[in-house]
Amino acid sequence: MDIAIQISNLDLFYGAFHALKNVNLAIEQRKITALIGPSGCGKSTLLRALNRMNDLIPGCRTTGAVLLEDKDIYGPAIDVCELRKKVGMVFQRPNPFPLSIRDNVTFGLRVAGRKNNASLDDTIEKSLQDAWLWEQVKDKLDNLALELPLDQQQRLCIARVLAVEPDVILMDEPCSALDPISTAKIEELMLELRRRYTIAIVTHNMQQAARISDYSAYMLLGEMIEFGVTTQIFENPKDKRTEDYITGRYG
Amino acid sequence: MALAFTALTSLLLIAIFIFKEGVPFIARVGFKDFLLSSDWRPQAGHFGIYPMIIASLLVTFGAMLVGAPLGIACAVFLNEFVSKPATRIIKPTIELLAGIPSVVYGFIGVVVVAPLIRSQFGGPGLSMLCASLILGVMVLPTIISISTDVLASVPNAYREGALALGATRWQSVHMVILKAGRSGIVAAVILGMGRAIGETMAVIMVAGNTVQLPHSALDSVCTLTAKIAMEMGSATGPHRQALFAIGVVLFLMIMMFNALAMSAIKQRFAGK
Ligand SMILES: Nc1ncnc2c1ncn2[C@@H]1O[C@H](COP(=O)(O)OP(=O)(O)OP(=O)(O)O)[C@@H](O)[C@H]1O
Ligand SMILES: [Mg+2]
Repeated sequence: MDIAIQISNLDLFYGAFHALKNVNLAIEQRKITALIGPSGCGKSTLLRALNRMNDLIPGCRTTGAVLLEDKDIYGPAIDVCELRKKVGMVFQRPNPFPLSIRDNVTFGLRVAGRKNNASLDDTIEKSLQDAWLWEQVKDKLDNLALELPLDQQQRLCIARVLAVEPDVILMDEPCSALDPISTAKIEELMLELRRRYTIAIVTHNMQQAARISDYSAYMLLGEMIEFGVTTQIFENPKDKRTEDYITGRYG
Repeated sequence: MALAFTALTSLLLIAIFIFKEGVPFIARVGFKDFLLSSDWRPQAGHFGIYPMIIASLLVTFGAMLVGAPLGIACAVFLNEFVSKPATRIIKPTIELLAGIPSVVYGFIGVVVVAPLIRSQFGGPGLSMLCASLILGVMVLPTIISISTDVLASVPNAYREGALALGATRWQSVHMVILKAGRSGIVAAVILGMGRAIGETMAVIMVAGNTVQLPHSALDSVCTLTAKIAMEMGSATGPHRQALFAIGVVLFLMIMMFNALAMSAIKQRFAGK
């Protein structure tokens, strides 16, 4: 089993608030790892620690290590922009840029210095195809992305991440703004993407975690309570607190 | 309610008064001889304001060349690179600059900028260049204040999305944030233009006030506003009416700028 990201003794503070407490977790390559737990337990915080999005929050402090390819992403020699190209992120609310569909998909490449011309056409087609969006948008690549329906916007956000060929994709409740049919489609897409990408997903939806994830991590009040194969977590939790949550007595 | 009504009616009355005095005059002199002739000799019955229209437009345009980039850069800096608490202090301070009387700006123009222009580039010093520089600074509070509000209203999700794709702060600003706020920033600049073209005191002090078509930025010029302010006190008869007619032209220009700014803002909200 290959580890994509190894989190060791991670502590995170928002000012004086201790949001993550000594978290340890190994995220396996080409698997889907789900982070579950009640609201406010630190799932998003942990996910955003993996591409250092928390750096944007004033007063946020992190200690411990997050190893990506055996290098600590909080170490001194890390280029955060490079890190974020390797560890992409899909947000809770679809957030395509107010640009054309084409410019959305090529954004990560243009950021990396590629010229915006026909040489990107192949990548555009491939990324959109991999996000199952090509058929819907191939005739209107120059339209504004914000004109798309919400579920297509979210798949565009996925396509935009795929275009930079990351190793890991972080998803923070990617379906919470979508209806059940769109949700099912994105779940199916994730299972397909798992062949090539490592995925970490935060979800509030227990059934979703059970349906798609290989591993699940249950968090409570900033602590990692239990981590294991999803079927084990859901059918045979070792910790009483996990069991309470799974069976719906809590959260 | 009553207050608002009073304010509105007095504004309306002023507009009606200007138009009542000015429009018949334009009709009598003729559109062409008023707007497109360069012959301004009120005593001899010649009322061509073409050089002053051009001067007003050029000075305003010059002011925008100075004020727009500086103002937008400042707004970007304040909004994207300065911490929130610091911005909360700096922004009101900048807005306070709008309250400095324009004589003060004019004074600085006369004692600092004009001599500098004269010694560095030649010419009379009191010139179109000088007026543009001073006006460029005077419109900064308008442009900065509105642009900062526009940038602050760009959803944070765009910033996060850009940074999460490996963009630097600067890339996120010019590839996404400025594009998202484009129409709002355009509106800010147009409102700044309205302010520049209407400015009078500072312009009288620094522009030189020679009625002529300028050949270079170092030439002395006379703007529409300067003409009205300088001659209204002593003008009588047709001369006085001519000044009101200039007021009509200014009024229409500023209305046009405001309408443009409004449509830019509308477009912004339609785009969401
Ligand atoms: N920017 C911040 N500043 C201070 N505290 C924060 C900040 N962001 C989150 N927190 C706190 O950190 C804790 C964890 O927040 P986080 O958003 O990671 O929870 P979550 O598990 O993702 O919750 P949810 O399921 O509601 O999304 C919460 O108590 C929250 O109040
Ligand atoms: Mg969350």
